[in-house]
Amino acid sequence: MIRKTFEHEIQHVKDEVLLLGSMVEHAIITSVEVLKKRDIKGAEKLIADDKEINKKRFAIENQLMILIATQQPMAHDLRLLASTMEIISELERMGDYAKGIANINIRMGEETLLKPLIDIPRMAQIGADMLHRSLTAFVKEDVEAAKAIPAEDDEVDALYNQVYRELMLFIIQDPKSIERANWLLWVAHNLERVADRVTNICERTIFIATGEMSEIKTTDDEFETK
Amino acid sequence: MQNIQSPEYAIETKNLFIFYGSFAAVSEVNMKIEKQKITAIIGPSGCGKSTLLRAFNRMNDFVPSSYVTGEILLHGQNLYGKDIDPVEVRRKIGMVFQKPNPFPKSIYENITWGARINGFKGNMDELVEQSLRGAALWDEVKDKLRKSAYELSGGQQQRLCIARTIAIQPDIILMDEPASALDPISTLRIEELMQELKKNYTIIIVTHNMQQAARVSDYTAMMMLEKDGSRSGTVIEFSETKRIFTNPKDKRTEDYVTGRFG
Repeated sequence: MIRKTFEHEIQHVKDEVLLLGSMVEHAIITSVEVLKKRDIKGAEKLIADDKEINKKRFAIENQLMILIATQQPMAHDLRLLASTMEIISELERMGDYAKGIANINIRMGEETLLKPLIDIPRMAQIGADMLHRSLTAFVKEDVEAAKAIPAEDDEVDALYNQVYRELMLFIIQDPKSIERANWLLWVAHNLERVADRVTNICERTIFIATGEMSEIKTTDDEFETK
Repeated sequence: MQNIQSPEYAIETKNLFIFYGSFAAVSEVNMKIEKQKITAIIGPSGCGKSTLLRAFNRMNDFVPSSYVTGEILLHGQNLYGKDIDPVEVRRKIGMVFQKPNPFPKSIYENITWGARINGFKGNMDELVEQSLRGAALWDEVKDKLRKSAYELSGGQQQRLCIARTIAIQPDIILMDEPASALDPISTLRIEELMQELKKNYTIIIVTHNMQQAARVSDYTAMMMLEKDGSRSGTVIEFSETKRIFTNPKDKRTEDYVTGRFG
């Protein structure tokens, strides 16, 4: 085996992607926890932490650029480095969803939650768990796992639909609750998008391992079509 | 030789083996090389790349005891057929070598020499200008055509050799590591020139430089020694260049292009 230095650099990049992933995972779970507690300080800290996520993403991007420029990667190496560029961008956007939830928390001010949060934390938990396993699949180039994980997005979509219906009922019963319902709807929407982006990571993992670029089909979107 | 137009392929090999005595240096090559495209032959040292390239214009004939089995078809005609004149083959299929090898004559005569031997009856001045323009050298040498070719830089000499090759209007240009003796700027000039040349000619290039193959070629043939320990080289994968460098099918190609071979 030659190219030990390059192998070492690639391993380092993968480690950094895992680190970025864990920061994002933590942000997603925490954003809902602090919302549940209506903890404004916690939300402000999350927004500050998002800057660290962005910094980490740019640092990895820089490392990838240097590797592409200096090592002239080909074939599998090229697919890995180019796809990692996409994956860190997905992670950074997921971090933005957590930041978005923190922003909603702050904008709610003194308002109380329209309803106790049950399905929303569940969505966050499933999304963060999918994210965690998608990155394990990425590092191991586990095609089977990468193909299986996106199917779990259906569960997140179902929860989103449930939250949506529930909030609509609140609005119908009391139109004054529109704003508070809307806040929670946005929170749920952000979490639904997290799971969608996990699917993108899985698609990239399959591409790295097989060279085949294809879109994994889950349900069309978060809304039921019937 | 007849000039039957083939719609797609400039040259084709069928079950080609190249021998030096009893040793098969190259085994079982079946390739169809598309017209007006650049085909690169890559692979580790000693796998038979140059031997295969030289078989295309019968340059191996100069090596005693060398012979081929199988066929190389140009416009459907076997170049190794009984009634084929190797000199005529080399007129149809020109070659540019690793080290620029201009004749020890003037720039002008370097171009006209081959044409004269081939009985060119047209306007020599026009031929010289046309060939030098075709090799992207005209502007640099138009005022010193009578000067010795040896006064040119390495990169210019190589372009002069290309001009000399196209002066006899071949169908195919073979290039054996044409830029390996040149500096990076001269190398890029040759690579740019190749893109111009392929509008009129089919090019087959042997290169050790994988990035060069990736940059310039449309198709890439990956050569490797046979697994059976016979020390015989063969084409293990032949595909579009973009495929070879992003998603090769053969594990050995993958190992070679990613630098993990050896």
